[in-house]
Formats: sequence, C-alpha cells, structure tokens
Amino acid sequence: MPVSTPSQTIGPFFAVGLGGSSHGEIASRESADAVEIAGVVRDGAGQPVPDALVELSQAEGCARAATSPDGSFSFVTVKPAPVPGLDGVVQAPHIAVSVFARGLLSRLATRVYFPDEPEANAVDPLLGELDDSARLVARPTGDGLRFDINLQGERETVFLDV
Amino acid sequence: MAEPHPHAYRPDPDGVHPPLRHAAYRSNELRAPRQPLVIAPATLVELHGPVYGEGRVAAGDADLTRQHDGDPLGERIVVAGRVLDGDGRPLPNTLIEVWQANAAGRYSHAVDRHPAPLDPNFSGAGRCLTDAEGRYRFTTIKPGAYPWANGDNAWRPAHIHFSLFGRAFAHRLVTQMYFPGDPLLELDPIFNSVPDPAARRRLVSRFDLETTEPERALGYRFDIVLRSRAATPVED
Repeated sequence: MPVSTPSQTIGPFFAVGLGGSSHGEIASRESADAVEIAGVVRDGAGQPVPDALVELSQAEGCARAATSPDGSFSFVTVKPAPVPGLDGVVQAPHIAVSVFARGLLSRLATRVYFPDEPEANAVDPLLGELDDSARLVARPTGDGLRFDINLQGERETVFLDV
Repeated sequence: MAEPHPHAYRPDPDGVHPPLRHAAYRSNELRAPRQPLVIAPATLVELHGPVYGEGRVAAGDADLTRQHDGDPLGERIVVAGRVLDGDGRPLPNTLIEVWQANAAGRYSHAVDRHPAPLDPNFSGAGRCLTDAEGRYRFTTIKPGAYPWANGDNAWRPAHIHFSLFGRAFAHRLVTQMYFPGDPLLELDPIFNSVPDPAARRRLVSRFDLETTEPERALGYRFDIVLRSRAATPVED
C-alpha cells in the first residue's frame, strides 16, 4: 500500500501561490451572529511571526489568512454548533485551526473554543485533558475574540495530534 | 488503552514526516513547539465537513506559462501525477495549489532579495482540481536553485511547493517536489528533515517520457499520497 507523502515547510514565499491577505472570512461581517477572531502569531522569543499562514475550518466553511508584518491575523466567522466526536461524545463548539510558517516542517493543528460556553467547555473531552484548558479558549475583547498563537515559550499554544 | 482518543485517520509510520525539531534548519529553532502534541478526538465535521477549494479554480490556472502576454524564460516542463489515499484509492476533485521560483531562482515576492532577475512573464502560481481518477497536470518552467540564509553557502535544490486539502482536516498537506539528480538534495536540511530515506525519495519527481510533450516540454511524474481512514464504526 502507498505510504503518505512527507510534509515540508511552507517557506517564506507562500503568498505567491496562496494569497497574502491577513483577513479571512467564513461569514460576512453583516451577518447577525458574525464574530471576529483576531490574534498574533509569536515565536519562542516573543517576536511576531510575519510569515505564517493560519487556516480555520468548521462546518460553515474554511478560510485562511497570512500574518501581517506585525504577526497579526483576523477572521470573521460564526460560532459553530456543538459537534459529535466519532465516539458520539458531543464536543463544545470550536473551530479547527491549522498553522504553517517558514521554520515549521509540518502543519501545526490546534482549536479555538468560545468563552461564552462555560458549561459545554467544562465537559469537552479534549479540554478536560489539558492542565490549562483556558489556552484553547479565545478571550473576549471589546469587539470580538482574541486568540494568540504562541509557537513556543511559557504560553506555548496547545498543539494537537490529529 | 494506549491512546485516550483513536485517530480517525491512520497515523503515518515513524520517519515519514519531519520531526517538530530539526536543528539543521535554523529558523526551526525559535518556531518549533517544545511541548508534545496532544491527541485530539476527531469530530464528524473534521471528517465530512467542507474543505477549502470549491469554486477557486478557473480554466487555465494549471498552465503557469500562459499567464502573461509573452512566454516565460526557462525550460518548459509538465508536472503530472495522481493524488491517492494510503489504500491506493484516487482522491478526485481535490484542490492542488503550487508556487515556485522562476528559472533564475527568484520568487515574484517582495521579501525575496536574491539578486537574480524577475521574469515579467512568470508569476509562479498555479492551481487545479484533480479529475475523477485523482489525476492532475501542470505546465510550468523548471525552477532555479537559489541561495538562502541557513549558514555559509546554503542553496535550496530546485523545488515546487504543493498545497493539498484532500477530503478531511487530517489530509491537509503542504510539501515540496524536487527534481531527480539534483546535487543539492544531499546538502539540503529541509529535504533531509524527513528521517526515512525511502520517504524522502518520494519527494523527488521522476522524469517520464510518456508525460513529455514532443517538441514542447519535458515531463515529470509526482504522485501524492494522503492518509487513509482508520477502521471506525462511523460510516460515510
């Protein structure tokens, strides 16, 4: 049987092929339940990563954003419904996230959970396993949600084996 | 009970993919996570949800040599192959995006400072959807090698970047295709980050006379394999 093709880094020039916009949209800003999720990708020295690609994937659609020179990205989407796992256990509303960058040899996967779902988050099977589940829950800001991605360091994002 | 959550897709054998940390690749040092990955319980959305790509391909997007008024400089080539899963089944209608340097080894990107000429007739980006048998075909220019900041006299072997979505979140793959016989391969820390030599060789395309277009373009074959579903009680 064939074996998977190995991963290689996305490199610094992916905008040539994948586009360079730092804003992605799964829902339009005008939709009633639109929510903005914004953040910064940082490296182990706390410096912004200006050449990362962040992708969101959920039942409503997919979108991607290349980080700006200051490491920032933003999306407009809607909060998805709770979704069953393969074992039938319902998981709290969340969005699957992929991160690529020069320096990363493979895709990193993580999730964004929602701060206004404390009951669902409390029984989510993945969050329940984490020492600090708050790291995967976006932070409310004045006009949306904040989800920073720390590739390394004390506040390293929880990355997932999918 | 080795794992709290079984994978929805079969994990790849050890050595197929690069490790998170690979010291010979300098920009990996401050970017690779230090903590072990946490096994995540897959959801039905990850298996059956939408993937990026629908409606993003226009006619002509797979020919990188006809995007401008004139012909790009360099050696015209065809790169063709199939996208399969690990059980050998073709993956139809899946988005492939490619990007690359021009024949002189220069990307059409503001950050690329390599003092090689830009080609006004070459942007270096293409895309297509696989057909019903999982086949794809690009016409392009053979990219040049170029120097990079990874130590003294470091050069990247000629390569084309590939991005694939497959059918599910676990399929997502970004990789690079190389060319047979390139002397830079054995020196390249990115290529050599793949531990298994057999897996590494699968990143090298194969010259193919059948793919070659007479009087027009040399042909290279590059098949791509994405992960297979693990046995699960959940049916399509």
